Amino acid sequence: MQRRPTHVILTGDAVLKMTVFSYVGFLVILPILVISFQAFGLGLGHLWTEIFEPQAFHALRLTITCAFAMAVINAVTGTLMAWVLVRYSFPGKAVVNALIDLPFALPTNVTGLMLVVVYGPMSLLGKYLNTHGIEVIYAQPGIILALLFVTFPFVVRSVQPVLMGLDKDIEEAAATLGARKFLTFRKVILPHLLPSILTGVALAFSRALGEFGSVMVVAGNIPMKTQVAPVFIYGEIESYNPHGALAVSLVLLVCSLAILMLLHRLQNWGRDRGT
Amino acid sequence: MGPSVRRLRVSASQTSPAPWTRPDARQIPIGRWAILAGTLGWFLILVLLPVGALVEETFRHGPATFFQALQGQAVRHAFFLTLVTTVLAVVINTVMGILLAILLVRHNFPGKALFDGIVDLPFAVSPVVAGFMFIVLYGPHGLLGRWFESGGVKIIYALPGIIIATLFVTLPFVTREVVPVLRELGTDSEEAAHTLGANRWQTFWKVTLPTIRWGLVYGITLTIARSLGEFGAVLVVSGNIIMRTQTATLYVHQEFTDFNYHGAYAASVVLGGISFVLLLLTEYWKKRTKEI
Repeated sequence: MQRRPTHVILTGDAVLKMTVFSYVGFLVILPILVISFQAFGLGLGHLWTEIFEPQAFHALRLTITCAFAMAVINAVTGTLMAWVLVRYSFPGKAVVNALIDLPFALPTNVTGLMLVVVYGPMSLLGKYLNTHGIEVIYAQPGIILALLFVTFPFVVRSVQPVLMGLDKDIEEAAATLGARKFLTFRKVILPHLLPSILTGVALAFSRALGEFGSVMVVAGNIPMKTQVAPVFIYGEIESYNPHGALAVSLVLLVCSLAILMLLHRLQNWGRDRGT
Repeated sequence: MGPSVRRLRVSASQTSPAPWTRPDARQIPIGRWAILAGTLGWFLILVLLPVGALVEETFRHGPATFFQALQGQAVRHAFFLTLVTTVLAVVINTVMGILLAILLVRHNFPGKALFDGIVDLPFAVSPVVAGFMFIVLYGPHGLLGRWFESGGVKIIYALPGIIIATLFVTLPFVTREVVPVLRELGTDSEEAAHTLGANRWQTFWKVTLPTIRWGLVYGITLTIARSLGEFGAVLVVSGNIIMRTQTATLYVHQEFTDFNYHGAYAASVVLGGISFVLLLLTEYWKKRTKEI
């Protein structure tokens, strides 16, 4: 299989490597390097000012707050959904299982549009909620709702296979020993599921930090109120203000990289547990 | 991100219906029902209600309004542009995705672990940041864009930019589906083919490709879905020029911001419908992958 190159003529291996490296180089590596250099080229002091400029900082804080809220809710509902899909049997289960991935398949701004149709000021439900003082669309709940929608499959799809592979013997042993259901769940099942729950949550969190399409449609994007970081970046690009866009982009990129590294660790942790 | 996609290949479990019960437990399982109802109810409200509401809103005035809203030149051009972009992105990323998978599984080189991680980056980067990166690099004032511009090639605010952005966001799909299959296949059969006198191409077409077939088809389906639906990255790089660089998702956005809701709903339903069909196809491919 592995013939050593004997002449200057390029071998198949060399062509393969050159093609792939230059493709990934021009498509992923070079763009990320260039934007990082440009951002750091502003100078650390200037970069700092741009990040802590009130509008930019508020957008970043709002993004992180909403992503956290989404993460907490999704950790619970995602785990429950995986539990229901693995351990329960009910009519239409195969359909529900197939539909879990629907949020990944839909274009994000179509998702936003759907939420406006349901909760917007023109809908029945939106009007009803409004008269009771609850604002969903063009407010923070709408942002969290959009994030919950687009990230819904992550935790489910991360926990499901681990739960399926979980040995029922331990649970039965715990039950035989008189442990109550919830205690069994907390002490026996949850520790096994934890790496996969956290993996799903980290993926969802990363997606939420960068989510643009759905949030842009539902949030109303009022600076200092409902404008999230990606929408802020978009606004800065559109108004030819690259410095603010560069600074906030850098923050988001660093967060993405940190989460990728965390995910790598989580996977090793999951493997070490043998789940 | 890679792991998520790998984990998507889970289908309905075949486990026995009864959850464990304590030998003496004979009461009505209220907790069980509560969990089932609560979870399914949450899914219904969070995901299915908005989907149903959009479909209802679109067809409330009958199918005529729906079809009429899809008659305009702008909407047709937008869907045509999306089709062109999707076909190109799928062809390029299928070829490059296979090559990338072969490189990651069959070859060793310094920095391989890092390179492996870099391939997952497009799933982690915000689409807006991705689009912005391409403006900075390939834009009229960009490092490489300047050079292209002087040669008369426009990338940003033109079709090449849309394609580059789509290639970026869909890069990992094929690779992440093919890598595990290729790893499982091992090198034995390929080496056997080689010993029997097959050259590289013959080995690839007759041995490798048939094995990775279903993983590949699954990866391609995901690539199509994402290419059709990409919004943020394309919005930033395309300039959203009607009849020129406006894709279908951008058309939806345009109609919505112009308060032309019928147009937005109709195009959304078409896009959503295609996504739904693709989702059903992936379910089918998943089953096929499992059978083999």
